[in-house]
Amino acid sequence: MASSPRAGGTERASTAIRVEAVSKTFDTAAVLHDLSLDVRAGELLGLLGPSGSGKTTLLRIIAGLDAPDRGRILFGGDDATGLPVQERAVGFVFQHYALFKHMSVADNIAYGLNARRRADRPAKAEIKRRVGDLLDLIRLSGFGDRYPSQLSGGQRQRVALARALAVEPRVLLLDEPFGALDAQVRKDLRRWLREIHDRTGQTTIFVTHDQDEALELSDRVAVLDKGRLEQVGTPDEVQENPVSATVLKFLGDSVEVEAIAEGGHVSVRGRATPVAAPAGLIGPVKLYVRPWQLQLVEPEAAHLSGVVRSSYRSQGRQRIEVEEAGGHVLAVEDFDGVRYAAGHPVGLRINGGYVFA
Amino acid sequence: MSEIASPVRLPETRPVAATGEGTGVRVLLIGTAITFLALFLVLPLGAVFVQAFAHGVSAYLDAFREPDALSAIRLTLTVAAIAVPFNLVFGVAASWAIAKFEFPGKTFLITLIDLPFSVSPVVSGLIYVLIFGSQGLFGGWLLAHGVQVLFALPGIVLATIFVTFPFVARELIPLMQEQGSSEEEAALTLGASGWHAFRTVTLPNIRWGLLYSVLLCNARAMGEFGAVSVVSGHIRGLTNTMPLHVEILYNEYNFVASFAVASLLAALALVTLVVKSILEWRFSGELAASRRH
Repeated sequence: MASSPRAGGTERASTAIRVEAVSKTFDTAAVLHDLSLDVRAGELLGLLGPSGSGKTTLLRIIAGLDAPDRGRILFGGDDATGLPVQERAVGFVFQHYALFKHMSVADNIAYGLNARRRADRPAKAEIKRRVGDLLDLIRLSGFGDRYPSQLSGGQRQRVALARALAVEPRVLLLDEPFGALDAQVRKDLRRWLREIHDRTGQTTIFVTHDQDEALELSDRVAVLDKGRLEQVGTPDEVQENPVSATVLKFLGDSVEVEAIAEGGHVSVRGRATPVAAPAGLIGPVKLYVRPWQLQLVEPEAAHLSGVVRSSYRSQGRQRIEVEEAGGHVLAVEDFDGVRYAAGHPVGLRINGGYVFA
Repeated sequence: MSEIASPVRLPETRPVAATGEGTGVRVLLIGTAITFLALFLVLPLGAVFVQAFAHGVSAYLDAFREPDALSAIRLTLTVAAIAVPFNLVFGVAASWAIAKFEFPGKTFLITLIDLPFSVSPVVSGLIYVLIFGSQGLFGGWLLAHGVQVLFALPGIVLATIFVTFPFVARELIPLMQEQGSSEEEAALTLGASGWHAFRTVTLPNIRWGLLYSVLLCNARAMGEFGAVSVVSGHIRGLTNTMPLHVEILYNEYNFVASFAVASLLAALALVTLVVKSILEWRFSGELAASRRH
């Protein structure tokens, strides 16, 4: 597999933001546990996790909207933990846009520039020019005089992004930026965000609970669960080598199969599988198999067997649910070739999978 | 299978609204409401103006050439000019604190803000007598230092502030809670100072709610009788506000003058009502009060 061009470019890049052993507790519930993370300059990092995993809190702590109980935030090597939000030069995009309702689109975008002290404030003409450029960038030229209430959800979020970019932030922070949009707009905006990132090279962190979104957009994905960082890596790395069952389960469908590890291999029902067992792991283990790692075969070559419970077709693939004797249901993916009727007995061969120590 | 289904002819029907009452019922209900309003609201209001002009325009105007009447009007305006801004600042500060922050004792503070609405105005006045009266908590000490609170402007202002305390806060708290704080947070991340964010983001978002509540607060501040009556001492030309002046004139059978001053208060009420209705009609989306009721 050719290495992804996205991953290569950022490999040796310097660290833009360092999160150092950050902990945060709200009321009595711990939200972040001793979390450390390096964000490289110019990368697009996806913070992925289920709701309640602490990803938004982490983003807000980086922005300075929340303060950590313990730990430090470093911007390019400088301690920024005590820096007020105004001086952090971050661009924050909220899930529900948070546009200023009473201001025109142009005034929204110019807000950060107009809020500067007189000495640092660009001239009126310069602000106008920059707003015009940003309107072009978000493909809303000519919308400057409109008000947020006259825009669609996708347009509003683009304005929010332009507003954040206007102050030339050192990092762009996006909190579930597409969460409030419908599926098609979401898809378009994703692609567009990726384009903008490739063009501007802006260091960007975005929070999402949508695996597809994170895997499609990110240079690197950081998977969070229950306030801990489970894994950081390129989308390929985390998919091919998940470090834990949590990461594996969160990145997509899988089935759990009882297996035995011995001699460096994993076997199921006495039959060897191509899955290698980690060194030193012996005895009963849980084998996690993705739907496309299961293959429908004749019973004599099978690791597992059962009867077809239901099947449906989508986009050239067939998804079949197979019920084992014990009532355990397995999901299998196959090409949309042979059709299986419910109740049809089938055998399944395991072509791959994951075990964790 | 010999039967052939014949087309069923449905009887023709006129659409009837789900809540369709007969015309008679409707007329009766509306008639009752209008009669009630006329009897209890329009008639008394009309009576005020009729009485005020009973001896002609010049007699009406004479009532305002009276120095005591002028002093009462001046005092009422002065009290409102102090009490309303005070409650405006307090109301905005309290709503901001309650809507945007979590802190211990928050629910208690909300209950406390509502207190003046549930306490009889006379009791509100008595509180200040107990505190600042010559036998009261601080009264002796204050008198010894030459500060007169009761039976003077400070007492009247304090009582008015107390009574009109909840108007601004009660309108703004739900409004600000609903709006949340992400717009302010957005402003802060864009480099705005807290004050700049308040001025350019928060204030424009609450402007109509603020105007609405200030209007009601002002109407109450100018019209308050009970609490002010207790602390004022009714000194003519000195500590009589307009409502107190109306009562004194009335007790002296000086009906024309009494109703003339009362007509000013009634006019204030009418103006308030009109502006309030315009605000509700024009900016209902930006008022918390119009959604609560």
